[in-house]
Amino acid sequence: MIIDPASAGAHPLAATAAQFVWLLPMLPLLGFLINGSLALFSVAKLGPDDPSAAGHGHDAHDDHAAHHDDAHGHGDDHHVVRHKYAGIVSLVGPGVLLLAFGLAVAIFAAMSGVDMHAPYVNTLFQWMPVGDLKIDAALQLDPLSMVMVLVITGVGTLIHIFSVGYMQDDPGYPRYFAYLNLFVFFMLLLVLGANYPLLFVGWEGVGLCSYLLIGFWFSEKANADAGKKAFIVNRIGDFGFLVAMFLLFANLGVLDFAGVTANAARLPMGGAVVTAICLFMFLGCTGKSAQIPLYVWLPDAMAGPTPVSALIHAATMVTAGVYLIARSSTLFSMAPLASLTVAAVGALTALFAATIGLKQWDIKKVLAYSTVSQLGYMFVGVGVGAYTAGVFHLVTHAFFKALLFLGSGAVIFAMHRAYHATHNHDDAQDMRNMGGLRKYMPVTWTLMWIATLAIAGIPPFAGFFSKDEILGTVFTRAHGSTLTEVTWLGLPGSTVLYVVYVLGLASALLTAIYMTRMMLYTFHGPNRTGDAEQPHLAEAPWIMTGPLVVLGIASAVGGWLNLPELLKLGPTEGLAHWLEPVVGAATARISGGEGHGGAEVNEWMLIGIAVAIAVAGITFALVRLKPAALVPKKQSPASEGFARVLENKYFVDEAYDAAVIQPVEQTSRYVLWKGIDVGIIDGLFVNGSALAARAMGWLGSQLQSGQVGTYAWVLLIGVIALLGAFTKYR
Amino acid sequence: MTELLNSLGYNHWILPVLLGLPLAGAVLVLVRGWLLRPAGATDADVMVQTRQAALWVFILEAVLSLGLWWSVNPGTAGWTARVDWAWIPNWGIRFDIGVDGIATMLILLTTLLMPLAVLGGWTSIREKTAAYYALLMVLTTGMLGVFMALDLVLFYTFWELMLVPMYLIIGVWGGQRRLYASMKFFVYTMVGSLLMLVAIIYLGLLLPGGNGQPMFGYDYILHSVHLNSTQQLWLFAAFALAFMVKVPMWPFHTWLPDAHVEAPTAGSVILAAIMLKMGTFGFIRYALPLFPNAAMNDSVRALFLTLAVIGIVYGALVALVQPDFKKLVAYSSVSHLGFVMLGLFALTTQSVQGALMVNLSHGVSTGALFLMIGMVYERRHTRLIADYGGIAAVTPVFATLLTIVCLSSIGVPGTNGFVGEFLVLIGTYRTQPVFAIIAATAVIFAAAYMLWALQRIIYNPLIKPENKGLTDLNRREIALLIPLIAAIVWMGVYPKPVLEKTQAAASRLVRHVESGGNADSGPPMEIR
Repeated sequence: MIIDPASAGAHPLAATAAQFVWLLPMLPLLGFLINGSLALFSVAKLGPDDPSAAGHGHDAHDDHAAHHDDAHGHGDDHHVVRHKYAGIVSLVGPGVLLLAFGLAVAIFAAMSGVDMHAPYVNTLFQWMPVGDLKIDAALQLDPLSMVMVLVITGVGTLIHIFSVGYMQDDPGYPRYFAYLNLFVFFMLLLVLGANYPLLFVGWEGVGLCSYLLIGFWFSEKANADAGKKAFIVNRIGDFGFLVAMFLLFANLGVLDFAGVTANAARLPMGGAVVTAICLFMFLGCTGKSAQIPLYVWLPDAMAGPTPVSALIHAATMVTAGVYLIARSSTLFSMAPLASLTVAAVGALTALFAATIGLKQWDIKKVLAYSTVSQLGYMFVGVGVGAYTAGVFHLVTHAFFKALLFLGSGAVIFAMHRAYHATHNHDDAQDMRNMGGLRKYMPVTWTLMWIATLAIAGIPPFAGFFSKDEILGTVFTRAHGSTLTEVTWLGLPGSTVLYVVYVLGLASALLTAIYMTRMMLYTFHGPNRTGDAEQPHLAEAPWIMTGPLVVLGIASAVGGWLNLPELLKLGPTEGLAHWLEPVVGAATARISGGEGHGGAEVNEWMLIGIAVAIAVAGITFALVRLKPAALVPKKQSPASEGFARVLENKYFVDEAYDAAVIQPVEQTSRYVLWKGIDVGIIDGLFVNGSALAARAMGWLGSQLQSGQVGTYAWVLLIGVIALLGAFTKYR
Repeated sequence: MTELLNSLGYNHWILPVLLGLPLAGAVLVLVRGWLLRPAGATDADVMVQTRQAALWVFILEAVLSLGLWWSVNPGTAGWTARVDWAWIPNWGIRFDIGVDGIATMLILLTTLLMPLAVLGGWTSIREKTAAYYALLMVLTTGMLGVFMALDLVLFYTFWELMLVPMYLIIGVWGGQRRLYASMKFFVYTMVGSLLMLVAIIYLGLLLPGGNGQPMFGYDYILHSVHLNSTQQLWLFAAFALAFMVKVPMWPFHTWLPDAHVEAPTAGSVILAAIMLKMGTFGFIRYALPLFPNAAMNDSVRALFLTLAVIGIVYGALVALVQPDFKKLVAYSSVSHLGFVMLGLFALTTQSVQGALMVNLSHGVSTGALFLMIGMVYERRHTRLIADYGGIAAVTPVFATLLTIVCLSSIGVPGTNGFVGEFLVLIGTYRTQPVFAIIAATAVIFAAAYMLWALQRIIYNPLIKPENKGLTDLNRREIALLIPLIAAIVWMGVYPKPVLEKTQAAASRLVRHVESGGNADSGPPMEIR
């Protein structure tokens, strides 16, 4: 595009749809305000003017208490009554997302064909100007944020539409959409913020919405616990993010992305400062993106409604850490040690979570551990400086994992309806209660198989391309890159990378196995739901299957976004070219300028190994697993041996509880509070000195006894003492 | 707006009026509700009359004070709206008052919170109402006087004036252990401030004026009296002790949980939101600028930074295990005020500005928290967290607002709590990285204690029959919380106007203390 000389200096996007970038987050915020008000108005029942006069009488209020109880209990027994504002909420909730998606597409159209080497920054106002610290409320559009915006609003719209069906009977319908809209607002802020503090606003904001949505059915303690756990564990990561920002400001004096990128060269390459910044930042990522050691909150987060798991805990929020590293690629490419850490932790997490996924019975838990594992892949990608590949896997994963979660949502929805019809209170998410659902839900079955093949890495589905690119790059980097020049925990960088590669392959094998297992147990073999329930099992309504179809198509063809050079099935390296202005320099720095090293034969071989492993995994599962041998949950025996360890997730939660939570609580209670505060400070010093004062007073009062004889004795002793003192010091 | 204020001569009368109005109101309420009580009036009649009178006085006070927002020009150094009258000329004591940006924000916090505090106790204060409202008004004069005084004796007078009404408010209208709590509060703070009085007298006698009379003027002592380092150290210690008790800094904090728990709602609100700020204000106005060499002495500074960080972490951890919600908030105050002290002693522009911001946002958030605890206490007569559970199902409005306030207390970005803490920490990291990192762990503990408590109060199953009949907030309660919620969001999203008001005073403080008091940067005499 030719820049008009009159507007030289202005960004080429300045006069396009991009100037309305602020509308992107504002639209969902508006949706939140509308739905939130509706939610509050529909349940609010104002109290009496004088609460103390009304007291807390039982008789007067019992009626409506019972009524409230009924309306809020998320049991199976509530009557299916649509919320009175369901119409307007169904319009506003998904509507604002659709509008935002439309705007995103318009901005995307304006951006393609424009030289995007400089980001388009739209400054709204000064946020925290203090001395030399300048933090603006500014939004930044560049190819990377554009990709994220399209994923968030696109997949987000589909999930919102799906929710209209999934949540239709819920008494908290407007509240649900209010939270979901608020989440999208913060998520867009996260990817559009032009500086780290603003990104952090979105970062904590999505965490907050995640907290609210995990605990959406708050009347059950387990749900409320899970929400709280998610927030607190994330806060541990946020602590790291905060320290990274302090380090950045103390060393560079800036916190905006453009400034950091421009000034990063002032930091010594591979030095302690840049390594520390990156490691603290990565601590933040382990929280938000559920990596070892902070992954523990994500499986529990499945307590929320299933579309929430699809949107927040699979497609968008949990990938924020990957986005953060891609966004900070300049810094990470200068810190090989930190980058290796990212890759190693990612690979370990990928394998570790995949093993747990092998033995879960709850369909959502399988997908949760799968998500943790796939996020590990993304971190392997951005860790070895394959920023494009990391983001590529983020995008394809958003497609197929959203599809898997929504598909599981459709299954759970069907199971729920069946159990509801027969007043059965069995577990609607346990795969041992499913089986043979293919007959009842053919559309969901087909689509979920597409997603399964995609995640397993079978060509030509989307996951194959992105996963292969990550693994291929790991192999290439092990041959020659700045990462091989450092030692990590005493190991040469290249050794670490080979290990990462092997771990990646092993996880790919396990992924194929546990996903096939999930499909077999859910859809194949005989049905175990129950004879009375079977007639009620049916496909979900079209408002739910429609979005699944769209995601199915995306999962099938998403790989075309970034075809490798080897497979000339269309324009190759599309995403890589698109992201080049953002991550190109960093990628070049980490690869030592070698680009795609290695011979083509080598690459073909790598692809062959990856596909063979995926096929092997699927075949193994198909041959070895016998869905016909399964019995419903209630009749199942407890597992033993290593299977039990896996089923209990290696007892990590229990270990954290014993090693961290209990000690902190006990120390706080018995040492700090009852010991130091109540015992020493208050008991000994404060009340002790009061006691001492009282004792002195008592002594004094004893002296004033009124007995002249005593006075005379005291007088005499005093005179002698004084005289003695005088004579001595004379 | 500024022209309008000038045409009214606003700056010439506003401060004395703000001090005098509550006193006049106190007299009015006492006369009407006690001395000239109509023969047939019942206690309920008196309650209705006095609370309305008090509300109107405080609303008028708040409206009048709003002009200060425009009349303080943050760009220029110096005192605004100064009034300087002779008081006890032979002893060199003057009635000298004036404000800068920092004092103005604290004054506005006070005047805007007082009507809300009155509304908070609207129906729960039923006995001796005339005396109660009169004491609230006298207390207001005392608090405002502390922020305005520019004469050390006058400052001390107001400082002690606050003590008596609060002692009585806790002791008469408080909970079961009110006598112990009020006595502890009184003695603790009294002992703390006695040495300060000695130090003030010493300072006043040090460099007598033209007629040989002592001189207690703040500017005079700041600019003309030169102290050697030993003098500074002793005087600093005397001032600092008084302020440390008030802040409260660990380990002088144990009066706070008791006082908070036993005080009636308005008492807790004022105590937490305003009176705790007296301590930090004391450091900002007196202890740091008057004795910069002592305050920045390496050991002294390390001591205060350490105590601040201990307060931050210790307060948060102890808050975690409190069974009583009011006590939990009290310990969270210890933690938050630790951030203020950390920011002040780290002494960078960002950390000091952050400290001032934490001061204000703690006032708003904690004030709101105590108001809301008061609201459920009025219904259920218990503050124990374990007595609640699942009440979001019956009181959705209460639950929503409580969630917002708790998030602000945790410092979630987008709320006021984040701005202050972030600025303190990022500023502190520049000079004291280790302390900043330790303090930053509080973001984890804060989330833990607040969300755990929140869960046990509003989430979880609604089992207890007493809670099933709980009524939601009424119009008055919602109306009084809305301004606070608005402030929480406004200060979080667009804190710039607030930061601007205190910017000049804050950077002046940093320069002055850094240079050991030698920089020609003190607030110069206002040219009138």
